[in-house]
Amino acid sequence: MATQHSRSAARMMMAPATILLLGWMLVPLTMTLYFSFKKYLPLRGGDLGWVGFDNYVRFVSSSSFWPAVATTLVIVGGVLIITVILGVLLALLLDQPIWGQGVVRILVIAPFFVMPTVSGLVWKNMFMDPVNGFFAHLWRAVGAEPIQWLSQASLPSLIMIISWQWLPFATLILLTAIQSLDSEQREAAEMDGAGPIGRFSFIILPHLARAITVVVLIQTIFLLSIFAEIFVTTAGAFGTKTLTYLIFQRVLESQNVGLGSAGGVYAIILANIVAIFLMRVVGKNLDR
Amino acid sequence: MARTVSTRRKTLTTIAAWTIGIVIFFPILWIIVLSFKTEGDAIKTPLEVLTSLWTFESYAVVQERSDYFKHFTNSVIIALGSTLLGVLVAVPAAWSMAFVPSPRTRGILMWMLSTKMLPAVGVLYPIYLLFIQLGILDSRIGLVVVLMLINLPIIVWMLYTYFREIPGEILEAARMDGATLRAELLYVLTPMAIPGIASTVLLNVILAWNEAFWTLNLTAAKAAPLTAFIASYSSPEGLFYAKLSAASVMAIAPILIMGWFSQKQLVRGLTFGAVK
Repeated sequence: MATQHSRSAARMMMAPATILLLGWMLVPLTMTLYFSFKKYLPLRGGDLGWVGFDNYVRFVSSSSFWPAVATTLVIVGGVLIITVILGVLLALLLDQPIWGQGVVRILVIAPFFVMPTVSGLVWKNMFMDPVNGFFAHLWRAVGAEPIQWLSQASLPSLIMIISWQWLPFATLILLTAIQSLDSEQREAAEMDGAGPIGRFSFIILPHLARAITVVVLIQTIFLLSIFAEIFVTTAGAFGTKTLTYLIFQRVLESQNVGLGSAGGVYAIILANIVAIFLMRVVGKNLDR
Repeated sequence: MARTVSTRRKTLTTIAAWTIGIVIFFPILWIIVLSFKTEGDAIKTPLEVLTSLWTFESYAVVQERSDYFKHFTNSVIIALGSTLLGVLVAVPAAWSMAFVPSPRTRGILMWMLSTKMLPAVGVLYPIYLLFIQLGILDSRIGLVVVLMLINLPIIVWMLYTYFREIPGEILEAARMDGATLRAELLYVLTPMAIPGIASTVLLNVILAWNEAFWTLNLTAAKAAPLTAFIASYSSPEGLFYAKLSAASVMAIAPILIMGWFSQKQLVRGLTFGAVK
């Protein structure tokens, strides 16, 4: 059906989007690479010349690097475990016949639409504040000493806040996947005498495997670049400095652009490793 | 045999689901409550909060004191502007990939997706520097462009998956009936594409509204949308729970309502069609 004419028209139609994205990718990326090989301190002397791989070595050998890696892994891992497990359970529950199912769905999904700065600040002040927060009141009501959430249990607190934001996403996707499961298949299993646990582990879970993979990969990409939640709650204090936050501080707060750019290149490589796996899953879908 | 469920079981699952739903929704519910209290009452124990007087005072104060509407307008312009601009660029691209696929279509789609994976912090300084040199730091136009670019892959992908569902035979039938290209576009394709475009717009307005990396790093007082404005509450002076609550409720309400309408599109858009 496609003629030569429509092919060239198609190419014309593709051009704006392709050129824009190409520019968006290449220009800043080239600049980041360029800066990463320079000693560049905009506020203290500017461009001080080429330094080879110095920045790359200094970034990984600085005392804040490994703690930042650990923090990143704990946050990403913690949130993934919580959201996937609770997401599966919640999706199974919401798939059952319930009175007012639509309303419950709305309640469960709501946190995803709350902007990150709002959820960070609301949790920090209204819930985790050790004097006036909701939890503090609750703890005092049962005679316990209120917890200094964001300073004494900073990582668990952040994981809790971020999980609250991402649980709806996991639930919604897993629920969509469960509902696409053939009900006849489930009924057949039921008639064959498979109990609820058997049905879950041999029919539902294998069916969900793909959706879980997608949830894990997409969330990993977003979670690796979590920023606002840390920015408004601890600002990187109390051991909550992730790689993203560390690079942000190097680049904008201490204006050590060369060092920050080298960190940026590491972040890009890390994200690309995750992205390759995600693209495989998504790509498979294109062939169908 | 349809799945028959005893009333007893349905009652139990209903109670469980509602309990969990309310627990998850509780933080939002609680700031709605606090936003209708005075600052003095908002920091009392939950029981005292609930029994104290209800008032609109905080909403009035937030609007008077902090140019709330300026930031609200910024959010509207940035979210809508970036989305519409993105759709304008993406429709022709998605259209041609869906209807005139070439051997390279797949590769181009995957490459577009890969640009979405670029971590923002990796290119923070170059963008910051470009913004300074172009004189668009802390300007709405700058953010419109950046948010358009970061969401463009999602827009193209969503539109592509919607357009691909439009059967090609309909076009051929229209052509056989003697429809001109213009008529074909206007009366056949456009009506079929509008629901997909609308869903795409909806989801992307939500994403742009809530974006909180570039909006925090590229704006100051002038062009700050609500994400950045609310962040300025992170170092407050004195009592501010009720005001923070009121500002938050106003910032999330419009998007919460839009979000509830876009549940299905959310799954499709954010999984790039991998889960439907």
